[in-house]
Amino acid sequence: MSIVETSIADRPRYDCRDAYVETLAELAHADHRIVGVVNDSVGSSKLNSFRKAFPDRLINVGIAEQDMVGVASGLANGGRIPFVSAASCFLTGRALEQIKADVAYSNTNVKLCGMSPGVAYGELGPTHHSIEDIAWLRAISNMTVIVPADPIETAAALRWAAASDGPVFIRVSRMSVPKVYDEDYEFRLGRAITVRGGDDVTLISNGTVLWRAIAAAEQLATEGISARVLSMPTVKPLDTGAVVAAARETAGIVTAEEAVSGGGLGGAVAETVVEHHPARVTILGIREFAPTGSAGYLLDHFGLSPDGIAAAARKLVSRGR
Amino acid sequence: MTLTVEHTTMPVLGRLPIHSSRAEQVAHIAEAARQIRIQDLKLVHYAGAGHIGGDYSAIDILATLYGAVLNITPDMVTDPERDRFILSKGHVAGALYTTLAAFGFLPVDDLATFLKPLSALNGHPNRRKVAGVEANTGPLGHGLPVAVGHALSAKLDVSLRRTYVLVGDGELQEGSNWEAMMAASQYQLDRLTVIVDRNRIQQGATTKETNDLDPLPDKAAAFGFAVVEVNGHDHGELLDVLSAVPFRPGKPTFVIAHTHKGHPISFMSNNVAWHHRVPDVAEFQQALTELEAVVPGYTKELRMTERSEGIIKHSPPRVSSAPGAKRGRG
Repeated sequence: MSIVETSIADRPRYDCRDAYVETLAELAHADHRIVGVVNDSVGSSKLNSFRKAFPDRLINVGIAEQDMVGVASGLANGGRIPFVSAASCFLTGRALEQIKADVAYSNTNVKLCGMSPGVAYGELGPTHHSIEDIAWLRAISNMTVIVPADPIETAAALRWAAASDGPVFIRVSRMSVPKVYDEDYEFRLGRAITVRGGDDVTLISNGTVLWRAIAAAEQLATEGISARVLSMPTVKPLDTGAVVAAARETAGIVTAEEAVSGGGLGGAVAETVVEHHPARVTILGIREFAPTGSAGYLLDHFGLSPDGIAAAARKLVSRGR
Repeated sequence: MTLTVEHTTMPVLGRLPIHSSRAEQVAHIAEAARQIRIQDLKLVHYAGAGHIGGDYSAIDILATLYGAVLNITPDMVTDPERDRFILSKGHVAGALYTTLAAFGFLPVDDLATFLKPLSALNGHPNRRKVAGVEANTGPLGHGLPVAVGHALSAKLDVSLRRTYVLVGDGELQEGSNWEAMMAASQYQLDRLTVIVDRNRIQQGATTKETNDLDPLPDKAAAFGFAVVEVNGHDHGELLDVLSAVPFRPGKPTFVIAHTHKGHPISFMSNNVAWHHRVPDVAEFQQALTELEAVVPGYTKELRMTERSEGIIKHSPPRVSSAPGAKRGRG
């Protein structure tokens, strides 16, 4: 899927919100049913150009997340396709019951776009970090959870969500990332992508951490360790086949994500492995309320850097099969 | 003691012809409400659970909406242009199911499955399982935001379809309602009507003892609504007000329907114990006897007690668009 000639760490970086607003506008031009719903989050969602192009179709309910999600559910009842765009910490934390009852249980065609997720807000601290969102939403029936890794995958996931009928949660990264995919990338729900082949150990990642996992595999290759890198944009439904194959074919699995180290991608992989093919799994994630620091600093601090991921993989490989 | 009453005996009433007189409509609603109460009594008695107090305070409102106000019939449940009714106080699902059955949305026989294992008729309504249900409610404070969203969709469509949402008064203690009211006002959703089932009793006590809502009319007006107060058991008043919205162009409507929990059963009415008590055999028969004895127009004799302001007659509708405006105090 992706050919890594130069190190991925040296490629240009992109803010996925730019791809988000560009794609949303493109979708809105093509389909009058699409509307944006925000909680005063026009600027933080980078939706100024969308508002200019579609002034009536950007619903701003003010700083009121419960209302925002309920309103989106009602818009969907009226035939609209609402894309709720709000900082993921407030969208998921403050409106969790509306997400459960009005969106998932009611099965309304609402797309929840969690902006600036994970520790993107860095120094603003744990109140503004959204590291629990994946675990919370993964626990809700009838909810699809997607964590794109780059602008190409963000755009592709949005197009898929607009064309699908039902509740979807998509994380939209603020922290800049290099492109992982080629322009012809096609998003398929519940499908893992082998971005790098390997037989010694498997790295499974998504979102802002995926490129760091690829960089870790580059490091490991120089030491003669062949690491498979699986991109897992869909946390729910999970590609269990790819996980079980990794458990069978390599010495173990390292998961790495910008989220709490329980209940998210790592949790989903661990559950699958335990049930289908017990294997060693190391879950890298954020273990506690983060200390003060920039987003990049915090990822390094919690071992989500290329070095940290490579170290975890090395440890698994050294224990043998 | 064996009961001799059939579980499902309610006739399907349907809608009157469009050109029926007001008197015919009021009589039709009154009979529907009586039949729905009798059926709902059986529903709760046989299921051994339910919220009969809240059911009975809401049934006259439901019968009026489905009997003569809403532009929705059983063959229109997926019509994009249908009016929407959202039951925010989802715990009175029994009253909604019975009303839907009375007007042909749901087979009357299905009511016998209420709360039974695997029944579509859950203790709170599910739009994925019951035709005519618009939102899965139950947690309080959810229906009003959803209604605002629907009213917004209608406005974007430049459609004349209307949105009605019934909220409990205790439920207004949830902040999400007030978030939604701000947005409804900001977007000038004048085809949105919020109906408050103002029975003044929540689960374990009166609203006044718990977290007093008064002065509710002033609060709603301050949030930008046109406010009307009605006797929530008077079918004529309900019909006149609910079919006359909007009262102020550009303003959503807030109808405070003064009701009694358990109305009109002598031992249930306005009694906090009947929030979710289940009638035993003797109580069942007593209630049935009272319901079978009532004649159309009985609600006129309703004695309204525990009112801070008494009933404000709607004719002409007493509408206030700003705190204190046009509405007498005290």
